[in-house]
Formats: sequence, C-alpha cells, structure tokens
Amino acid sequence: MTAVIHKPVKHDSAHKHVAGTARYIDDLPEPEGLLHAALHLSDRTHARILKVDVSAAQAVPGVVAVITVADVPGNPDIAPVKGPEPVLADGIVEFHGQPVVAIAAIDLNTARRAARLVKVEYEDLPAVLSIAEAIEKQSFLLPPLGLKRGDAAAAIAKAPHRLQGELNLGGQDHFYLEGQVSLAEPREDGDVIVRCSTQHPTEVQKLIARVLGTAMNSVTVECRRMGGGFGGKETQAAQFACLAALLARRTGRPVKLRLDRDEDMMITGKRHDFLSRYSVGFDDDGRILGYEAVLAGRGGWTADLTGAVVDRAVFHADSSYWLPDVTLTGLCCKTNTVSNTAFRGFGGPQGMATTEYVIDEIARYLKRDPLEIRRANLYGQTTNNVTPYFQTIRDNILPELLDELLASSDYARRRQEIDAYNAQSLYVKKGLALTPVKFGISFTTTFLNQAGALVLVYEDGTVQLNHGGTEMGQGLYIKVAQVVAEVFGIGLDQIRITATRTDKVPNTSATAASAGADLNGKAAETAALDIRGRLAEVAAPILGVPADQVVFANGTAQGGGKSIPFADLAHKAWMGRVQLSASGFYATPDINFDRASGKGTPFYYFAYGVAATEVLVDCLTGEYRFTRADLLHDCGSSLNPAIDLGQVEGGYIQGLGWLTMEELWWDDKGRLRTHAPSTYNIPTARDLPEDFRVKLVSGRANPANTVFRSKAVGEPPFMLAISAWLALKDAVIAAAGTSKVHLDAPATPERVLLAIEAARRQARTPESMAAK
Amino acid sequence: MSEPVRFVSRGEVVTVESDIPHTMTVLEYLRLRLRRTGSKEGCAEGDCGACTVVVAEAGPDGKLRHRAVNSCILFVHQLDGKALFTVDDLADGDTLHPVQQAMVDSHGSQCGFCTPGFVMALFGYFKTHESADSNSLKDALAGNLCRCTGYRPILDAGQKMFEHGRDDRFAAQEAAVLAQLKSLPRSRMLRHSTPQGDFLSPRNIDELAETLATLPAGESWILAGGTDVGLWVTKQQRTPRSIVYVGRVAELQRITDHGDSIEIGAGVTYTDAFSSIEALHPAFARMMRRLGSLQVRNSGTIGGNIGNGSPIGDSMPALIALGATLKLRSKAGSRVMPLEDFFLAYRKTALAPGEFIESVTVQKPKANSRFGVYKLSKRFDQDISAVLAALHVVLENGVVQTARIAYGGMAGTPARARQTEAALTGRRFIPDEIEPAIAALAADYTPMSDMRASASYRLLAAQNLLRKFCVEVSSGEKISVEAAE
Repeated sequence: MTAVIHKPVKHDSAHKHVAGTARYIDDLPEPEGLLHAALHLSDRTHARILKVDVSAAQAVPGVVAVITVADVPGNPDIAPVKGPEPVLADGIVEFHGQPVVAIAAIDLNTARRAARLVKVEYEDLPAVLSIAEAIEKQSFLLPPLGLKRGDAAAAIAKAPHRLQGELNLGGQDHFYLEGQVSLAEPREDGDVIVRCSTQHPTEVQKLIARVLGTAMNSVTVECRRMGGGFGGKETQAAQFACLAALLARRTGRPVKLRLDRDEDMMITGKRHDFLSRYSVGFDDDGRILGYEAVLAGRGGWTADLTGAVVDRAVFHADSSYWLPDVTLTGLCCKTNTVSNTAFRGFGGPQGMATTEYVIDEIARYLKRDPLEIRRANLYGQTTNNVTPYFQTIRDNILPELLDELLASSDYARRRQEIDAYNAQSLYVKKGLALTPVKFGISFTTTFLNQAGALVLVYEDGTVQLNHGGTEMGQGLYIKVAQVVAEVFGIGLDQIRITATRTDKVPNTSATAASAGADLNGKAAETAALDIRGRLAEVAAPILGVPADQVVFANGTAQGGGKSIPFADLAHKAWMGRVQLSASGFYATPDINFDRASGKGTPFYYFAYGVAATEVLVDCLTGEYRFTRADLLHDCGSSLNPAIDLGQVEGGYIQGLGWLTMEELWWDDKGRLRTHAPSTYNIPTARDLPEDFRVKLVSGRANPANTVFRSKAVGEPPFMLAISAWLALKDAVIAAAGTSKVHLDAPATPERVLLAIEAARRQARTPESMAAK
Repeated sequence: MSEPVRFVSRGEVVTVESDIPHTMTVLEYLRLRLRRTGSKEGCAEGDCGACTVVVAEAGPDGKLRHRAVNSCILFVHQLDGKALFTVDDLADGDTLHPVQQAMVDSHGSQCGFCTPGFVMALFGYFKTHESADSNSLKDALAGNLCRCTGYRPILDAGQKMFEHGRDDRFAAQEAAVLAQLKSLPRSRMLRHSTPQGDFLSPRNIDELAETLATLPAGESWILAGGTDVGLWVTKQQRTPRSIVYVGRVAELQRITDHGDSIEIGAGVTYTDAFSSIEALHPAFARMMRRLGSLQVRNSGTIGGNIGNGSPIGDSMPALIALGATLKLRSKAGSRVMPLEDFFLAYRKTALAPGEFIESVTVQKPKANSRFGVYKLSKRFDQDISAVLAALHVVLENGVVQTARIAYGGMAGTPARARQTEAALTGRRFIPDEIEPAIAALAADYTPMSDMRASASYRLLAAQNLLRKFCVEVSSGEKISVEAAE
C-alpha cells in the first residue's frame, strides 16, 4: 500500500491497545532486584519542617532506602523555568500533598505502608489559598505580561455603552488514565536509564542529571507511549523520574515509582483556574471600542510553566475579535496549592472563555442574539486583522466557517424553535450558543520551536523511524510514519516506529503546544528527503533518468518507464557504500516575540473552528443534558482525518468536562478534596451530546509551509466547548426571565440552579423593579 | 490447613498458590503473579474501569452468566468456583475478537490505557445482549472512563461488534467451561490461611453465623461485593485478621416473594435485585441504574450498602421511604428492625458483634401510593449523590393520607423528614398546597457544604425535588431532561 498521507490510517498501536499487548511502563518485564517506591506527603498547607522522623519506616522489613532532600547528591531544584522547586520538600512545605520523603522497598505495598509511618513535625505558616487573596497580597510568581494598543481606558470612557465584571473559571485535573510512573535502572559508570511516562524526555534527562550531580550524557530517558498526557506529563513527570533515579543511585538497584491515583491528583499540577476582570466599551451594534482585561491565573506554590500559560491566556484574550483599543494584563498568582501546569490549550481556553463571555454580556445588554455581536467583532480578512500583540492575521477563514456551520447546523431555525419552546415550557428550558475558535500555533517561547528526527533505512529496505516527539494517544507516531512512508513511496508496514529516546535524538522540546506533528513531521521529512536524494542518485543510472526525475511510489523507485523495488535499491545503495541513515532537523521559521514590548509574531499560523451546542436544563434542579452539538474544525490538509477527528471530538468532550462537571474543590485548610474519580468527575459516555455532528473543514490547505500543508490539532478543538457553557448561560437566561445572570465555570448543576435563583432574586429587588 | 482456591481461565483450572494473601486483588494477581499485564490500574477504587474483567458462573438457566467487574477491588479468593476472562484472553493468536476488531475499525482507542477495560465491558455486553441499543450501551459503559476519545467511536464499536452475529470462540467453549466449573464444588467451607490472615467462605447461613461467632470482634471483615471493602485495602493498606466472604452463602442470594412484600437476601447484587425492584418500584429502579456503574452493581450488594453504614448510600433513603425492614442474624438467633433504626451515626450501625444482615424486606406498593426517587449529582452516571430524595405518599381523593420522606446527603445519615411529612399529611397533593411542607424541609435538615454540593444548593434542590414530585404526581407529566428511552 502506498500514498498514505492524508488517509484515515489506524493508530499504529490500535491492535495492541485492544489486545492488551501495548506496553506501558508498569507493564514492562520487571528487572532483577527491582525495588518499588512510595512517597510520604505533607499534610500541611504551608509549614516549616521542624523534624522528619523516618525511623519507623526504616524499620519495616523489606524497606531498603529512605531519602529526604538532604540525600540528594546534586542540585535538588527541578524547576523547569524558574525555581526553587525542590524534588523533595526542603525545610518548608508549600502545599498540602507535597512529597517530603521517598522510600524504596521490595514491593509496593511495603513501600506504601512504610510511607505512612514517617512522622514529620511542622510549624504552620500563614497560607494564601485563593486567587483574589493572592492579588490582594501581591503574591506573584513572576512579573505580569502586558499587551497594549491605543488607549483602552479612554475608548471605554467615551463609548456609548459600558460593561464591567468578573468571572471565575475553574481548573481541571488531567486525569490521564495512566498515572505518573518511572522506572530507573542503574548502569555502569554511574549512568542511569529511565523509562518514564513523559511528554518531555529531554527535560527529564536534564533534571535527573541535575539531581544526581552528573552530566546529561550519563542519563538516558525513553518513552514508548503514555496512557494519556494532555500537558500533565510535560513538566510533572520529572519529579517522579528524578526520585526513582535518586533511589536507584542510592540502592544500586532498579527502582520503579508509580503513583496511586489519589496521590497523583494531590501532588501534580492541573489546569490553572483563573479570575478574570474586564471592562468593555461598545457601540449600539455591539462593536467593541475599548477593552481592558486582567487575567489572573493560579500558579500555585512554584512557577512551573505558569509564565507561559498566563502569556497564552493573554494572547488568546482577543478570541476571534478585533479589539481596536485594548489593554490586556496577565498575572501569575502564587498560592499555597499544587503548582499548576500545562493542560491542553495552555491558558488559551481561559483567555478565550473570558472574552466570549464578555461578548455574550454585550449581546444581552443590547438584547441581541450573541451571534450578531460575534459577527460584528470578528477579525477581518484584510482590515481589522491585527492582534493586540501586533501580529497580522493573514489566514482568517472564520467568516466562511461561520457561514458553513450556520447553514449545516440550521442555527436560525433552531434559534426560533428554542425561543418558542422556552416561551411555553415552565420547568425545562433550552439553550443554544455558537462560538468560534482561533488558536495560535507555535510555542510562544520561540526557541522551543525546534525538533529532530533520525531515519534509518536498512539494506533490506525496511525503515526505523525515531524523532523527538512522544506518543500520548494523539497519533503523532502514525502521522510522522505516514510522512516518511510518503517520502519513500513505501507502505507503513515497512516502517518500524521506535520509542522516543534521548540517546537517539537529543535536545528535544516537549511534545506540546499542538506542535508535535508540525515539528517532528518536518524534521522526519527532512531526514527522509536526505536519504531519498541519495537513493535517487543510486537509482538514476539503473533507471536511465536523471536523479531529480526518479519518482518514489508503490514501493519502488521509478523513471524512464522502469522501476526498481525499494528494497533492491536499498541493498544496492549499501553495496555502493551510500549512507542510508540521516538525522533531520526543523526550526519553525518567521516567528519571534519580544515580551518587554509585547510585540511580535509569536505564531506561525492559526487553526480555526466553529461549534454550536444545544442544551436542555431542568430549572428545578439545575441538571442538564446536551442534546446536540455541531462542530466544524480546520486541520488544513489533514495528515490523517481519522486521527484528527478523534482529536476534535475528544478535545471538545474534554473541554465540555472542564466547563461543566469537572470541579476541583479545596477545603478551608487548602486541602484538595476531589482527588479521585469518586469525587472528581470527568465525562462518561452518557455525557456525549446526543446528536453529535463533527466535521473537518475540507479543501483548505494550510497557507503556511507546514508538513504536507496540515495544521496542528491537539489543542484548538478543546475550545469549541465554550459553546456548551454559553448554551447553558442561554438557558439560564430563559429560566430566570432576565438577561442579568452570572455563570462561572464549571457550570455544575449547582451553579446553574443558583444562577437562575440569584438572577430571579435580583430581578425582584425594589431597585430593579423601579428600573423597569 | 489451607485449601486451594480454584478458578477457570483460558480453558484450564487455575489453582491459586497457597501463599497468596487474603487481601490480594485479582488485578494484582493477574499483573504480578501471572504477568498478564493487559488489565490496567487506573484508580484502584473501582471508578475508572481500566481493570475491567469478566467473571462468569453457571446461571439459573444452566448457561454461563457473564458479568463485567472491576478487578482492582475484587479479591482473588472471590474467584473461587468461577471463570475469569481478561483482555489478554480475547484474541485468538493474531485474530482479534469481534469486540476488539470493532474497536480497531472504529478508531476507538487513542492512548490505549483505558481500552482493555472498554474491551472487557463491551465483551460483557456482547455476551449478555442480542444486539446493541444506545441507552443500555451507555449504561454498560458508564463505569469506564476514557479521557481521549470523547466516547463516540467506542459507542460506534459497541454497535459494530454485533455485525457478524454473536458467535465467538467462547460460545463454542461454553459447555467445556461449565463442565469445569461443575468440577469445582466444595465439600466444606473454604478456609485459605496465610501468615497475613485468613479468607473464609461459608456455604450456608449457619456456617456464616458460626464463623462470625468464633472470630474476635474488630479483627474480621464481612465481605460481600468488595466495592467498599476493596478500598480499605487498596487505599488504606489495611489488613484484617480474617475476611469472611458471604458471596457463597446460599440463603443470602435469594429473593423471596411474600405476597405483600419481597425479601432480598443481603448477598444479592444490585444487578440481580434490579428486575424484582423494577417490577415493584420503577422509580427506585431508575435510580439504581445510576448507582455506581454496571461493574459496581454486578459486584455490590444491597446488604453491603446497608451494612457499611455509609451516609451516602443511594438505596437507603429509598428503602427507608418504603418502610423497609432488616432481618439481622447471629448465632444467637435473628431479629427484625426498621431500616431507619439501623443507622446510629456516621458509619455506625446497630449490628452487634457476630451479627450480620440476612435480608432486607420491601413492601409492595399500595394502589394509591405514589413513590418518587430523585438523584442529584454533578455527573449523571456513576457519581455519588449531592442530594437523593425518596418521596412516598399515599393519597386518597388527592389528599395525603400518609407521607414517608427520606433524603440522602442532607444529614450525617439517611434521614426521614418528619416535619415535612406532618406538613403534607391531610393536604391536597397539588403544588399550591404543599408550600408549608416545602418550607418545613428547612427545619428537618441542616445540610453541610462539601465537595459534592453547598448547603444552600442542597436545601434548595431538596425543596425543589418535593415540588417536582408534586407537579409530576398531580399533572401526570414527568419533568426531566433525561433522554427518552
């Protein structure tokens, strides 16, 4: 089989997934002498450590090693960007659940039982628990990011209409089904090889070297696949890999550290919850004249990736709209809670959700369909197309997508039907909303936009493929294999995809920012083209055509009416002493951003989408059900429409979970009380909209020179779910009988019911009666 | 003296090694001992389904009865006398099972970690259904979490797997498995002892009473389905001196019709109790479909749900509103008490040392009684209630003769709303007349705020549920956002 690019090829591991033969770290055959690790966690929110007593744990038969931060031979700081972030608590604990002691024992239950026996004495310190409190106390991890164009305050002041408000957007646990896990094996010369479920093998390698006090060249990190990542294994895997490596170094034995689900949810960072405050001025048609927004993200106790997450929130606070005079500010709040991290969308959803909410508010104020206000403010294709960070948008297809979805979803007719239904239904109301997505593709930290690949052609014509990207279910491996198969004109069955390893491709970036296929696909394509060029030289005299006229297709090299099987050609190249391996490298061109001035072109291109979601709400309980969703999403010339469809559907449902049922709940002592699937709800099969119509945009190649003109797809569709949340708001308005409602996210049944009640109560107050 | 625990797997009788501790889960046994690593641990508490396996035993019709269960909270010793199917067993060499092939063809896996659990949940469905319908398929998959796909392709696979009929290689092997199971009966009570503790599995109620009478109080656990007890091991690393398994006690597995009531043995699973309850009290049955997940209902028992004294058991308010009674049993004899008197405080019950629940008896509905059960939670399926309302009124000419109202989630234990009941009695059951009763709920309960709901939502929703019930009864129309069936 050939011509595999743009085809709905199955995931390379699909048959292994269903048979249970796809191996995850915990499934690997256990090496001789393996020890299992467990952690003792802080039960205080913010406290000084007075004494750590490990004697009882040490005395448990089967316990081999017990370590604290004092036992770290190298530098214990594992911060990815800005520290300190000690691998085990160092003199102070800064959140409830912070690891203090690590234990290795002959089996997992022994290690976990021993971990319970560690006794720590603390002296409590005052804790900052909420975003509002952090803002008030100026408790920040990093300086703010500001974007500014024109004079927003003046524009708002002289605008015909003004609104201001604030909005809470909750966080989200990744709930990857495979928890954090690492297996470290000591090798000679003090080397260590670590199998780790991570999106960022290079960073894990670097941090292991740091804590061991050794160099990067003595550490190898491998990841064949993850059981889900979603950003939760971008920086968060490193701590557990480092602890496994430290215990392996200490004991001279292999050590596996696999977290229990509750511990995983208590220790690891999540999506940042945000508090947004906005002020907007607009004209009679709802056109925004001035917009000010402060987006405050909860970073937790240490910086992690909070700076970049808040930056991306600010970059996406324009959503899809032209904001003539605008001031946007991002705050990185420090609180005594778990350190929040990357999560699909990386701040983008919070920025977009804020402004989509504001647009909805403008529409309600003007008593217009929010769709009209969206249209009135949408970026133009040739004018009004410069972002608040001064990047000109040259590829805007939203106006066309909007038209297409309006027609295919029958929006106008349904809008009327819903209004008619609501007029006669007392206890059950419907809601409908349509929202656009524009998502910038590239790491906003420009240097991260690089990737490497290693392609090996063997003399039997088979290929081994390796690159710096990791597989977490998103189908990166199969997409890159499709690219290489296409270049060589061979079938996918001739290509063996190999585990991502730092000793094959060095200095890689995290598989993140949706950029995995863009970056690694290009790098692999470059390597394959390199080899193909050499093979063409070998084929040319055989076929009797110039090398540049040799065509690779159908498992052969062709030209001049003749062909030679790819395997024969590889053999001949080998015999002719021609190199059959190549490394490829790619760096995204034409991007830059200057943080100080808030100006630049941080994104190589944008990915677009539109969604309309309909909901049915029980006004007595706040319960609801999504009855229909229509999604239209732009993947450029999709590398693999089946894989991309899976990303779009899965992203939307994950976004729906974030905005509806997934609620992180901390008690007044700063303890997370939703740290298991019994208390933290991700969507189930029932929560899929009953009528779910999902389509990829067809016939629109990416104008940017990406790999086979495809577009990145991991994150953008997540934000299609904003339509579900605003559909709920639409129904709440119908139920309350007033457009003055407030609906934070996640819009749980409780928030929906209380929003209806609050709005009804507000509408009954003497002031509002008088205003009428 | 230890006796071997035996079960059937891959066409062979597996004898569990004598050193396997009484608290080892099936998942640990599969992954660590047998090195069959297809089944995954996602949560170790029975809430994600990644560890789903299918357990089969001979049913009343003489055929194999297949049940999807969570292996992470099922103890190995519970497999005694049963057949086990795991994801590692399904494919025949390189030939995938129709369920697996359908998942591949539908692009039903992304990261693949939840996939073995879905495959086994679908396999359980495949073995128990003639074809797929969307609603029951969602019921069957509610206990399996997927974070990648958004479920659409998995639901498609559930339809597609029936495309080539229902025959698979396991159908051909069924007679052989049944014969093997028949070869495994016990002549005496199973007693499996290791240095860590004992696993005891009495065969009848006298053996159970005798066993419990001899064990020191506080050092032994009564195990039914394990959907709660399993977590004491996986999440708390606790090790009891002995586990007394009631799943093989014949008398506890019975459902008896007494004419005006039914008596449900304490060892009857939710799945097995479902059709009896549905016939009597459809509203109760509708709520039961949302109680845990199919895997949990296949293991969990009403007796266990009552016996653990948890304040959040969904059945309790419904049973209390129906005036259910409990039969308690010990070596000394038996006694009967109203269920509502059984709960003394949070996780504290009226069970005396050596005593166990034998059965729960539920009255059949009277012609003029109306019964509504409403469950509120953040997620529709497989979620623990924020509020559960069980509302039972007996009407005569539209006037309330008696009312039994019980709520879960409103107090430390499931509790009656006595003042509300009094306010309803003698009133016409129409919305305009019941406002005093609705207001009385605020006097009956002082709910708390926690991760499931705030106090204010709990009270408001509790009041609205009574209002809803009244509107539904008086108008004959259901107020619901649920999909039509």
